[in-house]
Amino acid sequence: MNRPQHPTSPPPLLTVEDLSVAFGQNTVIENLNFAVQPGRTLAIVGESGSGKSVASMSILRLADIAGARYASGRIMFQSAAGPVDLLTQSQEHMRKLRGREIAMIFQEPMTSLNPVFPIGDQIAEVLMLHEAMPRRAALAEAERLMSLVRLPDAGALLKRYPHQLSGGMRQRVMIAMALACRPKLLIADEPTTALDVTIQAQILTILKDLQRELGMGLIFITHDMGVVAEMADDVVVMWKGRKVEEGPVETLFAAPKHPYTRALLSAVPRLGAMTGEPLPKVSPLTVFDGEAPRILGEARVQDTARYEAPLLSVRDLSVRFDIRKDWLGRATHYCPAVSDVSLDIYPGETLALVGESGSGKSTIGRTIQQLQKAAAGEVLVEGRPMSAMSLADRQRLRQEIQYIFQDPFASLDPRKTVGQSIAEPIETHGLLAGRREIRSRVGDLLERVGLSADVAGRYPHQFSGGQRQRVCIARALASKPRLIIADEALSALDVSIQAQIINLFMDLQRDEGLAYLFISHDMAVVEKMSHRVAVLYLGQIVELGSRAQVFETPGHPYTQRLLSAVPVADPTRRPERTGLAGEIPSTTRRVGDAPALNKRIEIAPGHLVAAS
Amino acid sequence: MDQTKSRFLSLDFLLGAGLLGLICTAVLASGWLFPNVGAIDLTARLVPPFARADHILGTDPLGRDVLARVVAGGWISLQVGVLSVAGSVMLGVIVGLVAGYYRGIWDVIVMRFADVQLALPFILLAITFIAIIGGSLTNTIILLIVSQWVQYARLVRAQVLALRDREFILAARAIGVKDRRILFSHLLPNLLGPVVVLMTLNVANNILLESSLTFLGLGVDPTIPSWGGMLADGRTYLQSAWWVSVFPGLAILLTVLGLNLLGDWLRDTLDPTGRTGR
Repeated sequence: MNRPQHPTSPPPLLTVEDLSVAFGQNTVIENLNFAVQPGRTLAIVGESGSGKSVASMSILRLADIAGARYASGRIMFQSAAGPVDLLTQSQEHMRKLRGREIAMIFQEPMTSLNPVFPIGDQIAEVLMLHEAMPRRAALAEAERLMSLVRLPDAGALLKRYPHQLSGGMRQRVMIAMALACRPKLLIADEPTTALDVTIQAQILTILKDLQRELGMGLIFITHDMGVVAEMADDVVVMWKGRKVEEGPVETLFAAPKHPYTRALLSAVPRLGAMTGEPLPKVSPLTVFDGEAPRILGEARVQDTARYEAPLLSVRDLSVRFDIRKDWLGRATHYCPAVSDVSLDIYPGETLALVGESGSGKSTIGRTIQQLQKAAAGEVLVEGRPMSAMSLADRQRLRQEIQYIFQDPFASLDPRKTVGQSIAEPIETHGLLAGRREIRSRVGDLLERVGLSADVAGRYPHQFSGGQRQRVCIARALASKPRLIIADEALSALDVSIQAQIINLFMDLQRDEGLAYLFISHDMAVVEKMSHRVAVLYLGQIVELGSRAQVFETPGHPYTQRLLSAVPVADPTRRPERTGLAGEIPSTTRRVGDAPALNKRIEIAPGHLVAAS
Repeated sequence: MDQTKSRFLSLDFLLGAGLLGLICTAVLASGWLFPNVGAIDLTARLVPPFARADHILGTDPLGRDVLARVVAGGWISLQVGVLSVAGSVMLGVIVGLVAGYYRGIWDVIVMRFADVQLALPFILLAITFIAIIGGSLTNTIILLIVSQWVQYARLVRAQVLALRDREFILAARAIGVKDRRILFSHLLPNLLGPVVVLMTLNVANNILLESSLTFLGLGVDPTIPSWGGMLADGRTYLQSAWWVSVFPGLAILLTVLGLNLLGDWLRDTLDPTGRTGR
């Protein structure tokens, strides 16, 4: 069962042998084997439901709390007191190992920190508990750990509370806490999934450096092949609770053996894959659902955009949110979410809005959809300003412009069947009369997005994430729109599903002549799909141009930084990142202290860059 | 479509509907079943239950038949319990929906008014109210509605505040769905669960409140039998003649049990994700 060991290599730090885990009658992990060497990184890759998180929770024996049963196997760990089988340890003994010898960091740092204690105390608590350090020494050590994870001004940060830190800083605090007792093994469960790309790049660099300094073993659980390529020495690919492939990262990426790994790798959008192409391209997909892998779709150039009159124009748009008010209810502080944004969307075109959290990209989409009021500026539809339209005309815009949200589960009414949800825009705008016509149209729409017409009577919770997003797309299509605003519509999906939905979006664009305003933080997906790209930073457009212009000759330093932060799914091209330190500054401003507006200059035809 | 069929085959629904159906039928038919309800027979005072065939559940201190009075008393009690709750739910749900969804000045006014009313002691409100409009069955029901709609308004408003920024409401607004439809077709079904629970609790509570009001002379004519009133009357005989108060109590218990079962069924039916109990 064990992998052949090289005679000189040290014994593995952790060996999982023939592990099977079940919850009730449900076997979620079957006969899993892998080993972690000290000082090396093992990535466990898989999509939702593959059992990768259960595997890590079983190592820490935290899965017991959720009711896990270990049907077979051993988990051997080289603890300070000699090798132990973690599965036979008492919970009390496990408590001593957790944190001291095996530490874990989780996806969402806010929920893992206690909101009512300063972070210094929380790190010190770990040291006082496990190392029996006196409080003063523990706080000093906490400060040292915080500078170890590159938190600036660590002394002052000790007294801050979790909500006063940004997401990236909180995750660094979590890493500092995990490293407090110099564990031999660190388990990181999707530690960067909730973070922006530039922050993710910082965290990954810190993790890599610390691992080198401390010589720990690292288990890195992720669904992002780009992160795997960047971090891992060895990879285990899991699919439906089983290990389907394992190997050193270079071999696995260069010559994947199992069809699932091949399908997964083919689905990953790679930044730079489109270099030299003037237009977005649809590419065929390898789909693996348990039998032989199938190829779906065709290769085709997406030349759907018609650059005549713009379908929708945004002129000098500003949106602000009041943050603090005085006792008379007048705003004293506000957040300039969007400042002075101008852009055009042409029929049949995909315009991507990219930027990190807080850049105002969703706010622009919501203002166009009339879900948010503008503070200044204008939205024009086919040259007509929205503010001059009658109520009936504005209502008609809600038919012609549709919005797709990030989380398909949250954006479907849980008490309505998907058929009722899809029929809603048809009924609201009175597009079809008669129940039978509506029902047959709903059936057509479901088939259009690749679902069967007879699922109309089911409720949202009876679908998988990808199917739900298809339902949301069907609902958006129901009113025959001309523009669809897709707000992070792919971010909550697994990569293989994501690739299928990208192709669906592009097929629909060709068939229905749709224009998309594609709001995303994922540069690789944007590169694959869009005709033109607008880069947003702190509510302003810093760069706007065709896809080739923005990705191949980025003119603004922020665009360059964003592009260099994206993990590349190629282990032979690990970027050496420099100059990625620093945080996105706070956006709250006092009334009267308006942010400086960028001036944009045209460096090439249609390529605007903010002059700094 | 087989889902709709199986929906009515749940144990909760069958038991609840059966129980309530039986009680309601008996109460509605009480005039025909027991024509002489109030008949006083001082020769047969405090007859224990199952001792005489003409007084199966015994008699009270005035020799009135307990079974006849329990069945007839349901008329007042069920009306008070059901109508007062129905009225407060209707009023409270509409006010709560509108206040929570639109916020603004209307919300502030309504909710401060609700706070003031919650701070008023019920008895004080009842005395003032009945002193002005007089005591009767209708006025008792109105009084209970006036004092209880606030609970529903507060509950519904809190639920709306939690739901209104959820994405599916945003999605409905983005499609252009009219506000009225968002309120009643999207928000209402999603917040009915806790409302149903509060309703079933309040029905029982109001049946008992009616007796308190009658006891204080603020309710219905005390000579008309009602479950709450009988319970209060029998209190003094609890040690010597338990049956005078136990049987009306049992009637309340069975009614509330039936309502609870129906309430559970309603909540499960409204929530498509919660259909795991069967």
